[in-house]
Amino acid sequence: MGLRSYIVARVLLMIPMIFLLLSIVFLIIRVMPGDPVLLHFERKASEEAMAELRHVLGLDKPLYVQYFEYLAGLLRGDLGRSMAPGHHSISQQIFSAFPATLELALFSTLISVGVGILLGVRASQSYNSLQDHSIRAFGIVVYAIPIFFLGMIFQLIFAINLHWLPANGRFPPFLPEPSGLILYLSKPAGGFAQVFMWSLPAGFVSWAICSVALKRKRVKFWLKGFLISLLVLLVGWIVYAYLAWHFMCLGVLHISTGLLTIDSLIEGSPLKFVESLRYLFLPSLTLGLVLSGVFIRLTRSNMLETLRLDFVTAAKARGLKETAVVYGYAFRNSFLPILTMMGLQFAILLGGAILTERTFSWPGLGSYLVDRITFRDYTAIQGAVVLFGILVAIVNLMVDILYAYLDPRIRF
Amino acid sequence: MTIIGLVIVLSMIIMMVLGPWVSPYDPTASNVSPPPNPSPPSSDFPLGTNLLGQDMLSRVLCGGTIMLQVALLSVLFCFIIGVPVGLLAPYAGGIIDKIFTLVMDSFYAFPGLVLAITIAAMMGRGVVNMALSIAVVYVPSYYRIVRSQVLTIKELPYTEAARATGARGGTILLRYILPNVVPSIVVVATVNFADAILTAAGLTFVGLGVGIDIPDWGWDLTKGRELLPSGAWWVITFPGIMIVLLALGFTLIGEGLSELLNPRLEQ
Repeated sequence: MGLRSYIVARVLLMIPMIFLLLSIVFLIIRVMPGDPVLLHFERKASEEAMAELRHVLGLDKPLYVQYFEYLAGLLRGDLGRSMAPGHHSISQQIFSAFPATLELALFSTLISVGVGILLGVRASQSYNSLQDHSIRAFGIVVYAIPIFFLGMIFQLIFAINLHWLPANGRFPPFLPEPSGLILYLSKPAGGFAQVFMWSLPAGFVSWAICSVALKRKRVKFWLKGFLISLLVLLVGWIVYAYLAWHFMCLGVLHISTGLLTIDSLIEGSPLKFVESLRYLFLPSLTLGLVLSGVFIRLTRSNMLETLRLDFVTAAKARGLKETAVVYGYAFRNSFLPILTMMGLQFAILLGGAILTERTFSWPGLGSYLVDRITFRDYTAIQGAVVLFGILVAIVNLMVDILYAYLDPRIRF
Repeated sequence: MTIIGLVIVLSMIIMMVLGPWVSPYDPTASNVSPPPNPSPPSSDFPLGTNLLGQDMLSRVLCGGTIMLQVALLSVLFCFIIGVPVGLLAPYAGGIIDKIFTLVMDSFYAFPGLVLAITIAAMMGRGVVNMALSIAVVYVPSYYRIVRSQVLTIKELPYTEAARATGARGGTILLRYILPNVVPSIVVVATVNFADAILTAAGLTFVGLGVGIDIPDWGWDLTKGRELLPSGAWWVITFPGIMIVLLALGFTLIGEGLSELLNPRLEQ
């Protein structure tokens, strides 16, 4: 099977899976005993009020109609309306909460995989020594800690006692949140400075990614990077000048990701960047550490097997440095299992994110879900849960495809 | 490792059983200490008091039962559902097996805590409801393990020999296959014990716990969060450590058992 047909098959397999998942959520919330409307009012409302809410949310229709409306709505990206007064669109609320969760998830993945690989490799290098045992113990203990307990301990130490880092929230209330890159297209001069600021790093990063992808490393890397970023700068400016000329008075071009760290970077505000990192640090450290246990164990056991193989001995015999052998030769073979584990861990990561967000009042999907639970807003709970499920399915799909791309044996 | 885990778990259980007799105060009685509450550890209240003026030592001593009950019940539910289905589905084969596997896979792919939260939110408070919502999350892992084992054991010579001598399907399943599946189920169960405890704590933390009139470590942690800004470390630290110890004990047992069962690295 070629890569393309593998991807097609995998995507086709995902369809019944997502369909089942959606049906399960519908089954749990709408069909299983426990009427959402009744539960929402805790049986304290009048019959009329409940009937009205049912009517507004379409819960008075027959179940199969509700089911099809729910599926059809999802195809349009519509998750229904909230039970709370005002009946806001759940999709919109979730959409605005999503970037916060994404940012937390990205950074904690970075921390957990980083810590996991470093400690795991360390442990395998010093097999059966005190260091090995303490790293293994660390991995097991970290797995047994409730995330929110670790989070609260960190808050106590670093925020409340030492005042080094903030305990709650995502951004200092006294600063305006970074809005990303806003190009005022009617003012070419001001815009030029902004283009200049972001195109240099952007050019360099894109060059780095390209060169890693092309596997041409370290050949006058920095010089080429600089030249390429100059080129990007030039192209960026031309595109900008073209836009400015075309949309002379059309106002603003707004580029923002919703990730505060990235937004403050492309806005060109180091202060905001540092502040958003300070707020991000404790939550992602908490989540990352708790998840790192699995990666430590995985890296360690894989490395123990690889370090015994002949090619490692051969590399050592040729006089390569220890780190070069370990990371350049042996570790490459442990990377695929780690990638798979990252996919498998994503569901656990999201679950952990809910608890972490609640602990640190981080305004993401998890806080949204918990908030809706407190208000017994069942349609919103359903929306958030569906989104969590779909996210996991998509990430697993991506990991599978990446895995098939990296390891051709999988496809057969 | 197994021994350390067993020691931890057994001593925790002994503590929970003796708790109500040894604890110096009634764990649910409020204002046993004079007003400035929460108060830090002192000679009268070795682990301090919480906002309601309840003695933390008594609450720590008695607070594990809920979590242990929930974990025990959920593992039991998992056994009752996961093992028979996992045994029968591959034997039925064909479309039934496929459907069960697909359903279980989609449950498995779901973020566990989110699923548990959804079900718990619909079913309301209570130990049994909490255990059920946790069980739903972990049934698929039992199903997967049992199913894959059955698939391999089914083809082994001794099962075929049994079939050749005229043993019926039920006999083969119960007498030839089940005993060989049990060890891996036990490992999954012990590991799941730890997960169930952590999930129960998580459910309590998002506001789906059992209630206020029963001492519970998860509840103390949840309430302690509101006291954090005042620096009341004792309210969360002690119940938290207890949860860690309980989960750690089960994890250690599970780790030790799985190493015993497949000693791949210890050559």
